[in-house]
Amino acid sequence: MSTLEIRDLHVSVETKEGAKPILRGVDLTINSGETHAIMGPNGSGKSTLASALAGHPKYKVTSGTVTLDGEDVLAMTVDERARAGLFLAMQYPVEVPGVSVANFLRTAKTAITGQAPALRTWGKEVKGAMENLRIDAAFAERSVNEGFSGGEKKRHEILQLELFKPHFAILDETDSGLDVDALRVVSEGVNRAKENTDVGVLLITHYTRILRYIKPDFVHVFVDGKIAEEGGPELAERLENEGYDRYVGTGATMA
Amino acid sequence: MASITTDHSRAVADGAHSHAFGAGSVPQGSRAERLTSFDLADIPVPTGREEEWRFSPVARLQPLFDADLSGAGVTVTVIPAPEVKVETVARDDARLGTAGKPGDRTAVSAWNAFEQATVVTIPVEAVATDVTSVRIDGVSSEATAAHVLVRAERHSQAVVVLDHAGVATVSETVEIVVEDGAHLTVVTVQDWSEGAVHAASHRARIGRDAKLKHVVVTFGGDVVRITPDAEFTAEGGEVEMVGLYFADAHQHQEHRLFVDHAVPSCRSRVTYKGALQGQGAHTVWVGDVLIRANAEGTDTYELNRNLVLSDGARADSVPNLEIQTGEIEGAGHASATGRFDDEQLFYLQSRGIAETEARRLVVRGFFAELIHEIGVASVEERLLASIEAELEKSMGVITGAPALGTVA
Repeated sequence: MSTLEIRDLHVSVETKEGAKPILRGVDLTINSGETHAIMGPNGSGKSTLASALAGHPKYKVTSGTVTLDGEDVLAMTVDERARAGLFLAMQYPVEVPGVSVANFLRTAKTAITGQAPALRTWGKEVKGAMENLRIDAAFAERSVNEGFSGGEKKRHEILQLELFKPHFAILDETDSGLDVDALRVVSEGVNRAKENTDVGVLLITHYTRILRYIKPDFVHVFVDGKIAEEGGPELAERLENEGYDRYVGTGATMA
Repeated sequence: MASITTDHSRAVADGAHSHAFGAGSVPQGSRAERLTSFDLADIPVPTGREEEWRFSPVARLQPLFDADLSGAGVTVTVIPAPEVKVETVARDDARLGTAGKPGDRTAVSAWNAFEQATVVTIPVEAVATDVTSVRIDGVSSEATAAHVLVRAERHSQAVVVLDHAGVATVSETVEIVVEDGAHLTVVTVQDWSEGAVHAASHRARIGRDAKLKHVVVTFGGDVVRITPDAEFTAEGGEVEMVGLYFADAHQHQEHRLFVDHAVPSCRSRVTYKGALQGQGAHTVWVGDVLIRANAEGTDTYELNRNLVLSDGARADSVPNLEIQTGEIEGAGHASATGRFDDEQLFYLQSRGIAETEARRLVVRGFFAELIHEIGVASVEERLLASIEAELEKSMGVITGAPALGTVA
């Protein structure tokens, strides 16, 4: 049982005009096996939270703490965070030309676990995970994310979630841009990871649609860089009906 | 992301820079008007201000501008495939000088100075069953001329690899004649030791339905300046020019290509990639493509990419496309020079891969795509090993620095 604890987190982004504050005091505790949905209108800071937790250099933590089972996550480099058990499924996965998916997966798995995976079982595991996510076997030899469609990129992110078996997974708008079929395949992957590994999930989304496939235990509404309201799954249903208007006034809707 | 990127592939048909559509409008400085000659008196010693020398360290190349290149600074050793014939001939052999004329001072000096030439012949319809290896070993730093002719007679097939190693000050001519229907791969590897100065003029003629794959790999030497020229002499010819280079501190590596589409319906592809690291590392890539007025149905594309791995390195990249007819299949070029992509590094690191290993993966990946296009397994393996060795040397200094240089 692991705990990821975020306390009074303030984060700024570097812009040409100087540091611009985005997160203004986020408090959140996630335990193994729990699924937390973070919802909120565009620009509320949801994705900044994801990037800051992963350690993206563009985002500066100005105050607050993040700990993983008491260890100071903010003191870790990006790769140390991943090896400690954090995983970020990115909203816009990056192309890495000339590096094959197979090589990338093996290199990352080796880095995360500290030893190369056994050739025989690893090959089978990758193949099985790709089949489950309806990823064609030929993808193993393609360059990472290069020429992938939006849906293929997201499935490749979830493939990594299933193979790397992190303690905590942050899914940054994994559902955006997916059609219904792809959304179902991706959601099944997340649910498999939850069943198989007791992963704690931080599911960041603008829409309630994905919550029909991945059931959240807690829903947090993000407004203006902090959590404005918290509740259970029923809060998502209310947002489905009412939108974010009550938090941000008129103009901001779910659509 | 602080990278300088210019991608002309999106501006191919805009008529800007050297794209001159329509016959008759030959821009100034057209490659069609560039002087070529076998006569030393026609091409003077450059000052460094000339278009073709403006990026070059002319002071370091000075010994090779001299008319006297009578040193014996290199030895040439050939291990031919069983089907391939090798001769050493005198300079008056009639087969020499048939693949075009010298186009700059080092080339014309080399042409006038060499005493013996190595002629590698792939006979009519012969299919070489092994790689033919030509070793050029530097043994002293006296200014020296060298001459190699590779002749692929009609419908023959072969792979010829030229290896340069040791220390030398050498001006080299490599003539390449690809007769009708022949398929020839020529690989030249510059793996010189520190102190070497190397100028090379590669002049290729490509016949009807013939195909040349020309591969240039430059890792070592103080100054390496290679000018591959390819000219089509009949329809249906194809040339694929591939280059990769890795410049360390104080190395100058220059590659100037010229593809002359002088006849209709030929195809050319140029792909050069380089990495630079260390103070004073300088690479120059100039790719001139001329589509003459009668060269209808031409299909050409050229690409140069540079990855600047540290502070103090400079990459110059100048693609030039001159188009004198609108009746073509396609013509394009792209050039991009940049540093490490921070987002790529973040992505890899966020998967647990340590920064140093992530940088290695990116550089390896950058070259791997190109190496796999060479199509000669033994060469590919050697190059991948050389890339590893370069990465080993450079890991201490590759920090992801801002890119310097010109992109035209």
